[in-house]
Amino acid sequence: MAKREIDDRFKKFGTVSFTSISKVNDFVDSLEQGKVMATRCPDCNISYFPPRVDCQNCLGSNNEWFDTTEKEGTLATFSKMKYGPVGFEDDLPYTIAVLDFGDFKMFGRIDNNVPDDSIKIGMKMRVHVNDLQADQKNFVFKPA
Amino acid sequence: MGKVGIIGVGQSVFSRSASGSFKELAFEAFKEACQDGQISAQEIDASVTCSAPEYDKQRSPSALVAEYCGLNGPAFYAETLCSSSSTGVRLAYSLIKSGLHDAVAVVGVQKMSEISSAASQELMGRGTDIQWESPFGTMMPAYYALFAQAHMAKYGLTNEDMAKVRVKSSTYGPLNDRAVFRKSLDLETLTSPDSKMTAPVAAPLRVGDCCANADGSSCVIVVSEEKAKSLSRDPVWILGVGAAIDSVNLASRDNFTSLPSAINAGKAAYKMAGVTVDDIDVAEVHDCFTIAELLAYEALGFAKPGQGKEMIKNKETYLDGRIPVNVDGGLLSKGHPIGATGGSQIRTIVKQLRGEAGEIQVKNPEIGLVHNVGGVGIYGNVTILGR
Repeated sequence: MAKREIDDRFKKFGTVSFTSISKVNDFVDSLEQGKVMATRCPDCNISYFPPRVDCQNCLGSNNEWFDTTEKEGTLATFSKMKYGPVGFEDDLPYTIAVLDFGDFKMFGRIDNNVPDDSIKIGMKMRVHVNDLQADQKNFVFKPA
Repeated sequence: MGKVGIIGVGQSVFSRSASGSFKELAFEAFKEACQDGQISAQEIDASVTCSAPEYDKQRSPSALVAEYCGLNGPAFYAETLCSSSSTGVRLAYSLIKSGLHDAVAVVGVQKMSEISSAASQELMGRGTDIQWESPFGTMMPAYYALFAQAHMAKYGLTNEDMAKVRVKSSTYGPLNDRAVFRKSLDLETLTSPDSKMTAPVAAPLRVGDCCANADGSSCVIVVSEEKAKSLSRDPVWILGVGAAIDSVNLASRDNFTSLPSAINAGKAAYKMAGVTVDDIDVAEVHDCFTIAELLAYEALGFAKPGQGKEMIKNKETYLDGRIPVNVDGGLLSKGHPIGATGGSQIRTIVKQLRGEAGEIQVKNPEIGLVHNVGGVGIYGNVTILGR
């Protein structure tokens, strides 16, 4: 009998991924197409980021994907890290941040090419797919 | 059902590298708590071991700690990151209130020195959603830095304000023979650009804003009122145990200037104890970073939102201030052995309420408060104790 194929696409997400199998593995395919996708429950109209297949309001699992890369968010907060955990040394220094899109927020990094002194809470930013080493991908925020 | 109280408290020396193994370290605090409470292991009918996993290799540590301490009753494990042993005390309270047990040892223990600092930061960075946040390379100083940054933008907090929290901590740290960091630090050392204390860690937090990882253990022995009577002990009573959680993913937080889990745990504890903030005579708060102490003032109602910095500027939380806070040096001086921290904070308040705090004794305190937070406000725990 053929071995059952394991869908472990999520291992491609981030410098170091700690998850390989998830019901939102399609998120990684979207990254490869340049899109950062969130989900929304069509019945409750609740947006979810991080994306999830299950709605915690109606307990349904009909969430639909939508693209966030065209949307403008507001920088809620950020921190430039001088030290990092094991596995992230080559990325240092990098800046983590939270972007507020109104009906959802997004945790990620600010693009390394954005000058430090231009980064201000309240500034408008957009999310972009970012290529990392060894074919890994994440997303970064850049000024809108 | 009667009251629930604490008859014994113990703590190991907190150090960068303890000489004992996990269970041997746990025993140090257990032994002191038994001696303090004049109670033997045979009289304790349950135990709760509290730690955060993976810093050491031991799996399922509760029965092993019980075995080494000579404890025969059921053994439970409590884990809420940095607030594990406050959670342990809440569980002990419930076990006793339910009538299932009448004397419970809460043992907090953490051995962090067997792995490198960077490796422990990686573990801490996984105390969040490993699917969506850890892959960006997160660690605790950076998480709290996000809150410091937002506080600066909204309320005008400065690095100097935060440094003043560390100045207070290092006023009392040298007096604590169980603390890791016992040097005095003045404001100049903490703010001078040439000082290693101002080297950036995760902006705006700098070296001087951060507590140290440590090895350490704590133990709190919790008993029913009847058990205390039968042993002829005079306990410090547990008046309120408040606990709350907030989202693990920061993307789900409402704001980055407060920790609602601590606010809600505080409200629950005040209500249960039937006291208000004005009744608090002495407090221990979770100052893993300087910003965290200021957020605690605001969460507990010691100061209005954004005004925590005024309290430290006016020295209102010094030993002779309006509400003395962390006069044992706090986590910034003692070090932070994750699972042991809450028990150490409770030990300090128990000693204060008994009038046994020595050089750092607050004058005649009747009610004390412990604020202990797991992760960046993931788990909030507030415990109110009284004579």
